[in-house]
Amino acid sequence: MLRKGIALAALGLALVAGPALAAGGAATPKHVDFSFKGPFGKFDQAQLQRGYKVYREVCAACHSMDLVSFRNLGQKGGPFYDPAYGNPNDNPYVKTIAAEYQINDIDSETGDVIQRPGTSADTFPNPYPNEAAARAGNGGAMPPDLSVMAKARHHGADYIYSLLAGYREPPAGLQVTPGQYYNPYMAGDTTPFWTGEGHAPEGGFIAMPPQLAPDKVSYDDGTPSTIDQQAKDVAAFLYWAAEPKMEERKAFGFGAMIYLVIFAGLLYASYRRIWRNVAH
Amino acid sequence: MSGHSTYEPKTGIERWLDTRLPIVRLGWDSIVDYPTPKNLNYWWTFGGILAVCLMIQIVTGIVLAMHYVPHVDHAFASVERIMRDVNYGWLIRYMHANGASMFFIAVYIHMFRGLYYGSYKAPREVLWILGCIIYLLMMATAFMGYVLPWGQMSFHGAVVITNLFGALPIVGEGITTWLWGGFAVDNATLNRFFSLHFLLPFMIAGVVGLHIWALHVPGNNNPTGVNVQSKADTVPFHPYYTVKDGFAIVLFLILFASFLFYNPNALGHADNYIPANPLVTPTHIVPEWYFLPFYAILRAVPDKLGGVILMFGAIAVLFVLPWLDTSKVRSMRYRPTGKLYFLIFVLDCLVLGYCGGQLPDDHVIPGLSTFTLIDADLNSFVWLSRLATLYYFGYFLVVLPLLGLTETPTAQPESISTPVLSHPAGLPAGATAAPEKKG
Repeated sequence: MLRKGIALAALGLALVAGPALAAGGAATPKHVDFSFKGPFGKFDQAQLQRGYKVYREVCAACHSMDLVSFRNLGQKGGPFYDPAYGNPNDNPYVKTIAAEYQINDIDSETGDVIQRPGTSADTFPNPYPNEAAARAGNGGAMPPDLSVMAKARHHGADYIYSLLAGYREPPAGLQVTPGQYYNPYMAGDTTPFWTGEGHAPEGGFIAMPPQLAPDKVSYDDGTPSTIDQQAKDVAAFLYWAAEPKMEERKAFGFGAMIYLVIFAGLLYASYRRIWRNVAH
Repeated sequence: MSGHSTYEPKTGIERWLDTRLPIVRLGWDSIVDYPTPKNLNYWWTFGGILAVCLMIQIVTGIVLAMHYVPHVDHAFASVERIMRDVNYGWLIRYMHANGASMFFIAVYIHMFRGLYYGSYKAPREVLWILGCIIYLLMMATAFMGYVLPWGQMSFHGAVVITNLFGALPIVGEGITTWLWGGFAVDNATLNRFFSLHFLLPFMIAGVVGLHIWALHVPGNNNPTGVNVQSKADTVPFHPYYTVKDGFAIVLFLILFASFLFYNPNALGHADNYIPANPLVTPTHIVPEWYFLPFYAILRAVPDKLGGVILMFGAIAVLFVLPWLDTSKVRSMRYRPTGKLYFLIFVLDCLVLGYCGGQLPDDHVIPGLSTFTLIDADLNSFVWLSRLATLYYFGYFLVVLPLLGLTETPTAQPESISTPVLSHPAGLPAGATAAPEKKG
């Protein structure tokens, strides 16, 4: 019992002391002036639409987005929001996009497994039937779900942009295992793979090969389709996917702030008046 | 202060009720006519602010519980569903998450205020201890609440903290298994944490009731620390302090709203938006900011059991504080040496908090390697934590007991009104906070 206790204690201490072993670091992501930054920032709808296209034609081949439904695309603040369609389920863009997907379902009459066209109520379909299939298709690495990716990494959209546009040739002296790619913005530690002089380069290895290329996605609005632009657009789209209520939140906050400041002023005036005859 | 009640029922219904359940009388005596020292400064508004924090947490929490699913397979998605599909769910959930941080900001200021003005000294020892119990319950509630979204930090934080009990000799393993409801942090753990996270706030509310009761017996302390002597020293709670507390509460809500609406995730950790995965440990497990000082104390000790004992000791020492401080003078305003030690203590707590968020072996001064002492470089956060831990305990166990016997306090006023009346402009002598100076 005591020996077990000591072992458990050692394990606990190892967990507590764990961070001590984590060394190395990724490069600080580049700062992008996204339109949605700042207290009054809003999404750039054209950018969200381009970002959606990048997501759909590039990312969605491997990454799931379980928490996002087609109807979300037509919600206020979303890429295909149209004020004429207050209910996003009626939005023709949303319906068309959804119908382009085939969704697995059960035929309610026969119980057979069928595929049917998507509706606006469906979530984005997962590219793989299960995690094992996803790993098998990607050299053992699991492409993470992108629904809240922009909130699940420090620097959010800046990080996603920097990572996607930041791939570069590994510096001479850095051994890269087959199936891995060097990226200075990826968290990790390159020290064990470094045979060059001086400090090991910042960054780490990622199983995802560089995905973006000039003109890989053709933009319908005439924006030049560079790697940099694609990375920015998809980062903005993923930020929207993670925080679809951001515009509502900031607008609500503006009203709440005005209310609170006026309320504070009234209370302060009342305070001064009530206390005016008390020496304190 | 618990003197004669001044309540006079004015209507027939009030008279009828007053002879059966004098609840209106209780309210009247507690928040309308309650005589309050007239010299309370803005540091005293945090009691009211905390009451508001507790109410916000309970109301938002009950709504969240209507939508949350306490199951390892659904918890993460259900929280995100609240953010996306529940009407104003983003508001309710961000209010609850940031509300926890605001609650701790307020409670820490409230505690430091009590420490500075000697509010723990006789006859307010029970009041102080009840406050310590509330703080302990708050920490338990906050910890279990952080587990509920079932993100990476939720899960691995729960593993680290519950494993601490495993450090106890003989009973440790049994206690850990009992806490987990199994042999690992799993669905049973999440379920019981949800249940307890729902229960504890109501226990807090109960102890808050006792805390206020224990406040209303001796009455408020005040910045001079001198007892109330006559009616000239006090004002009725309403409207004088309802309006002053109200003003401070709204200022605090502005701070709250600035996080809630414009930076809702600034006080959290990005890793908690990654669904929990027992097989992948985050590179850097850190608790929420309000636990960082204790985390630093835990890691300062090379022995796990020692670290656990010291960490809990850091809270336990607060319970016996009324008997550690030997000074007869309540307010640090009249204890020049004590004031200095107190200011260092505040800085020390901030240093501990900073250390708790750093990697123990990282250099405090970048790029400077000194020499290795025991297990780490002297210029490392682990050694800074050790130094700060030493001062933390030194302040309670050495400074406060000895200082009260050796220091020479400066002259205290005869009464609360004296320093006020002696100044023609109505300025309190030695007042520290500026805004309430004008009468």
